[in-house]
Amino acid sequence: MIQIKDLHKSYHMGSNSLHVLKGINFDVKEGELVSIMGSSGSGKSTLLNILGMLDEADEGQYILDNVPIKNLNEKIAAKYRNEFLGFIFQSFNLINYKSALDNVSMPLYYKGIKRKERTERAMHYLEKVGLAEWSHHLPSELSGGQKQRVAIARALASDPKVLLADEPTGALDTKTSYEVMELIQGINDEGKTILVVTHEDDIAHMTKRIVNLKDGLIIDDSTVKQVRASEHV
Amino acid sequence: MFSKDRWDEILEALNANKFRTFLTAFGVFWGITILVLLLALTNGLKNGVTADFGDFATNSMFMWAQSTSKPYKGLPKGRRFNYKISDVAAIKSEIPNIKYVSPRNQLGGFRGANNVTRGTKTGAFEIYGDYPEYIKQQPMDILQGRFISYSDIEAKRKVCVIGTGVVKGMYDKDEEVLGTYIKVNGVNFLVVGTFKMSNSQGDGEQDASTIYMPFTTFGQAFNRGENVGWMAITAVDGVTITSLKQQVFDLMKSRHKIDPTDERAIGHFDLSEQFGRVNGLFTILSLVGYFVGALVLMSGIIGISNIMLIVVKERTKEIGVRRALGASPWTIKSQILQESLILTILSGMVGISFSALVIWVMNTILDNAGPVDNFANPSVSMQVVFTALIILIVSGVLAGLIPANSATKMKPVDALRIE
Repeated sequence: MIQIKDLHKSYHMGSNSLHVLKGINFDVKEGELVSIMGSSGSGKSTLLNILGMLDEADEGQYILDNVPIKNLNEKIAAKYRNEFLGFIFQSFNLINYKSALDNVSMPLYYKGIKRKERTERAMHYLEKVGLAEWSHHLPSELSGGQKQRVAIARALASDPKVLLADEPTGALDTKTSYEVMELIQGINDEGKTILVVTHEDDIAHMTKRIVNLKDGLIIDDSTVKQVRASEHV
Repeated sequence: MFSKDRWDEILEALNANKFRTFLTAFGVFWGITILVLLLALTNGLKNGVTADFGDFATNSMFMWAQSTSKPYKGLPKGRRFNYKISDVAAIKSEIPNIKYVSPRNQLGGFRGANNVTRGTKTGAFEIYGDYPEYIKQQPMDILQGRFISYSDIEAKRKVCVIGTGVVKGMYDKDEEVLGTYIKVNGVNFLVVGTFKMSNSQGDGEQDASTIYMPFTTFGQAFNRGENVGWMAITAVDGVTITSLKQQVFDLMKSRHKIDPTDERAIGHFDLSEQFGRVNGLFTILSLVGYFVGALVLMSGIIGISNIMLIVVKERTKEIGVRRALGASPWTIKSQILQESLILTILSGMVGISFSALVIWVMNTILDNAGPVDNFANPSVSMQVVFTALIILIVSGVLAGLIPANSATKMKPVDALRIE
């Protein structure tokens, strides 16, 4: 599903140049649940941004579902993001003046799907995350865990190839974190490819494979025995 | 471009911060209100001043005889002459594009002595000898009976048409007017009609105290013979009297043996030229109205632009999220543009409605308080409203342009990082 070869990225701040990614190689197959770990500054967020086409690599190859991702202009990038990717953010990033349902249906709106079908599909995903009866509430009326579940429904709405989660449990307490992870595991069980960036060990162990980043290089990439979140809830 | 979804998006965004939306809109509202009111007031002034011209056909001039200032063909300078009734026919036949030529004679006038009697009543009125065409140059409402006709002219009938002021002065209330006689300078005239000026402003009193009688009767009764006091000449529509008047003067000079270079022999008042001058003044006033109004409006628009910039800045993260979800830069840009456009047009519409209300109130007050000097019926035409709308649309787009560009300038990754 994802093939990355020799990925380099550096940031230039004035005369200083910061080499963040120093040659990353890794593949993700369809249906995998991968966590990317590393201390801050290890380059894990940069890697996720490049995977999410929010940022572009300086060098190297990135192939997503057999489509080479390079020299994108913003219009095409937006289209690819809409079609291929679903984002889950640490701070949820729901639009605060839109109801849960409208938030979920937003990717479908940008996809150009008609209102009626959009609402149906969005409702379907809200049901999937167990928030059907909250569909008309504003984000401010939801708890942190509920917000993240709305965000997950939103990421799923356009039926993307890959879900990218940037510290999805970073703003949640342990119990809620496990609930969210349970949901993510469930989605993965249905065959969705998911990448999770985290620095929490217990969260990482709830995935099937842990990629460890340090100073812009992969130092460890191993399959682990998945801990089911449901056992902890 | 304006689907229902887009509408919802825009209205949601504007609703998200109602107070700010209101304040922003107020600038444009105020600007357009001032623009429209300024133009309406200019128009009111114009209506008031041009009403002083009365309803007289504006493409006209009055021409009278003065004394010659140059000797010519053995005749001395300082010679007085008179237009003759035959001059009227000559002008009509020899000069193209002339619509009406009315020869006129007058008795009485400003502070004149009593010249009309009826039984025991007497009064001082203006008495004119006129041709039937005159009513076409000076529109008036015939209240009873009729105006002078050509058969009156040919038969030199002693008939007259009197103004409401004359009726008031010479008759008792509810007394039958038509068919009675009034005595003008000792000559009896049958009253065949009464009139009121269609639009009398200012000179109403004078207009009402007027008596019209056939030109030929006037000449015979008051010993004017073939002489013409002055003429009111109107050109056809599309040709100004100003462009024709020299031909008329040349014709008169040749017919009355006046030196062609004598500028003083013929006196005239070019109504069209005067009217044009006044109109020109008001065109300038309107332009000033547009200019000042547009400047006030512009400050409102800068306000919108400014607020939109802040909105964009505040929503940087939201815009980042939207782009992560697949919004293309153009989608974002057009949304910002449309938000500013809708805000501008909406507040502009409210402004136009509000100023229409103010104009209505002004008119109601004016109607109740009676006529005011040099001010009447402030109003704006649909053309002004459309112009204002076009200004609004253009400025709405302009106001949104800078914010829309700044909304997509930032890379999504940076936009998402902002807290």
